[in-house]
Amino acid sequence: MIKKNNPFNSDKKISKKYLLKNGSIIDVIKNKIIKEDLYIKNKVVEKIGKNLSKIVDEDTEIIDCKNLYISPGLIDMRVNISEPGHEHKETIKSASMSAASGGITSLVCMPNTIPPIDQPAIIHSIQRKAREVALSKIFCTGCITRNFKGEEICELHLMKQSGAIGFTDGIKSIENTRVMRRALNYAKSFDGLIIQHAEEHNLSANGVVNESETATRMGLKGIPSYAEPMIVERDLWLVKETNCRYHVNHISTKETVEIIRKAKKLGLPVTCDTSPPYFTLNELSLKDYRTFSKLNPPLRSEEDRLSIIEGICDGTIDAISSDHTPQDQDAKRLPFNQAEFGGVGLETLLSLSLNLVKNKYVSVEKLLRLLTVNPAKILNLDYGMINEQSEADISVFDLSKSWKINPESFFGKSKNSPFDGLLVEGKNIMTFVRGRLVYRL
Amino acid sequence: MTEDELINSYPHKHLLGIEGLLPTSINFLLKSSNDYVDYLNNKKNGKLDILKNKICINLFFENSTRTRTSFELAGKKLGADMLNISVGTSSIKKGETLIDTAMTLNAMQPDILVVRHHDAGAVKLLSEKVNCGVINAGDGPHEHPTQALLDALTILKRKKKISGLKVAICGDIMHSRVARSNIHLLNTLGAEVRVIAPATLIPKGIESLGVTIFYDMKSGLKDVDIIIMLRLQLERMSGSFVPSIREYFRFYGLDREKLNFANPDALILHPGPMNRGVEIDSELADDIDRSAIFEQVQMGVAVRMACLKAIIDHKLKAND
Repeated sequence: MIKKNNPFNSDKKISKKYLLKNGSIIDVIKNKIIKEDLYIKNKVVEKIGKNLSKIVDEDTEIIDCKNLYISPGLIDMRVNISEPGHEHKETIKSASMSAASGGITSLVCMPNTIPPIDQPAIIHSIQRKAREVALSKIFCTGCITRNFKGEEICELHLMKQSGAIGFTDGIKSIENTRVMRRALNYAKSFDGLIIQHAEEHNLSANGVVNESETATRMGLKGIPSYAEPMIVERDLWLVKETNCRYHVNHISTKETVEIIRKAKKLGLPVTCDTSPPYFTLNELSLKDYRTFSKLNPPLRSEEDRLSIIEGICDGTIDAISSDHTPQDQDAKRLPFNQAEFGGVGLETLLSLSLNLVKNKYVSVEKLLRLLTVNPAKILNLDYGMINEQSEADISVFDLSKSWKINPESFFGKSKNSPFDGLLVEGKNIMTFVRGRLVYRL
Repeated sequence: MTEDELINSYPHKHLLGIEGLLPTSINFLLKSSNDYVDYLNNKKNGKLDILKNKICINLFFENSTRTRTSFELAGKKLGADMLNISVGTSSIKKGETLIDTAMTLNAMQPDILVVRHHDAGAVKLLSEKVNCGVINAGDGPHEHPTQALLDALTILKRKKKISGLKVAICGDIMHSRVARSNIHLLNTLGAEVRVIAPATLIPKGIESLGVTIFYDMKSGLKDVDIIIMLRLQLERMSGSFVPSIREYFRFYGLDREKLNFANPDALILHPGPMNRGVEIDSELADDIDRSAIFEQVQMGVAVRMACLKAIIDHKLKAND
């Protein structure tokens, strides 16, 4: 595909003024669509109202947003950036371009970099780099335990002071219950957020796909689906005791949804997110040993997929994250067992989520909550909504623009999308970060 | 494709597995194999030249004696130039990826690749990267089509039919490619298939492949016509999947007592290599009235000749 003009604007000095006219502004707080103009000036949303053309400054660029939605910029809670450590897979710059093109204005990077984010200095270093090159805002999580070993807890409080917005061991569960208890207990003292990737590693050892008929047919080692909920269930005992804020990343099974639904009814401080593969695909897309569909957690059954959608609709699932996991060609062009886990997702997060709107599971304003204000609240970020005088992080998208997912046209460095070739509707057209138009299709 | 062609040819470029093959294709391969059995039985017959000037490469990423030798012999009987590449001496040990190995071999323009690999799906991956026909000689716990064909041929020879027979497959179903290929083949040809093993060796959802599960040897063997014993790999014993050899043999090893529950003329098969005293009683294994284990090896060569020929024929037809 030939790329036309550079759609990105990385000039950080010039601050222009924009008037978005005739668009449908999504108010994620009040759950409604407002047909008004939006005026961006000095990095912030200066004014929202009818017929603003008369009051804007002369040098304002007027953009007609007829038939387009104006949403708070997306906040992606789970991104594996790969820098530092695996810059050939993705860099802060390429990930942020990828994000910006997908309407994501803030992304949270997982600590599984090399070296891992298990001390404040690494956070400073990533933030410095991000300030220099990134188009979108980049936040860090820190490790719970040193070097993901699951043994000693890191300097959680110091990392929080340095900007860590949550703590997680990335793709590893904290297996030792005593360590997990200590982490939750300790984080409680400074209102930290503990984020868990739920997987019972003894059960999942060497597993590459969901344990099922499909796995048996293909001769692949399965991971039982309950390897996920049993960790959540265990953790909930500890949450009950410590009352620490606890978040589960990329949930994928029916049982996990049920357990979290119940915990929320009891009033526990529990939240969770899922990712597009788990409500878009099921294990059948492993057909022909497609390594791009090798994900962690693995793609589950159709029943699980439908339960995830149900969890999104009834509010059990708070957020949708991309779970962006870039892998280079060499990591995927291997026999299934040897291939790496993970798929890229920044550029498809919005479109695949909007498919839930197209299929009438959920309204557009409610769906956008899961991509904006909900993750912001979980992470204690003051973003994710459009208010006058709030920072102008905005995504403008076309709900009915249809396109075919073609990873070759992605801006990220890696192309391992499990959605290759899928037809979707809905596409991000423009992205503003702090009032700057950083991406325009 | 006409009905006649369906019955009288093998319509695929590769032989990657039994799953998905039509009964006509399976029957064609079996019939062709049967012709080669007669041919091999006549000592006067020399080499054939059906595969003359054809290059066939045996690429084995996993150790194998019988399958590799069997393919080699089959190829030579057909007059092909056979090459053997085994992992120990090749650049795979030096870190070359499967796809690079495939591309390199492809550049040498072989006519057929016979591949065994320890990962499920690896042979299929390789087949996508080469121009020649590929025969799967076993990919992880996925499939081992020629073994299933030779088992079927052995059964046909002794029982004259497959449809309607009751077949029990016993042992390590979970890690067995032989079990999977056999289940697909026997079901396709209308046999009733059971699997017998301790629950730790039964993979999830196996019943949807069309088998009945038994955890008890005696009830599982009741009235069966064919017993296929599977090898229990040593590393699966002692504590991980079964507690001990002694316990396994007591409950799942085939001996005279358990055999008495099967039909009086029940036939015993084993893909080999056998663990005498682990899954099968030693004396029973040598009983030629009951066991067809060594006959299977003979059938193996004939089946592989038929498969090699089928792949070459398809290639010639495609070139026309």
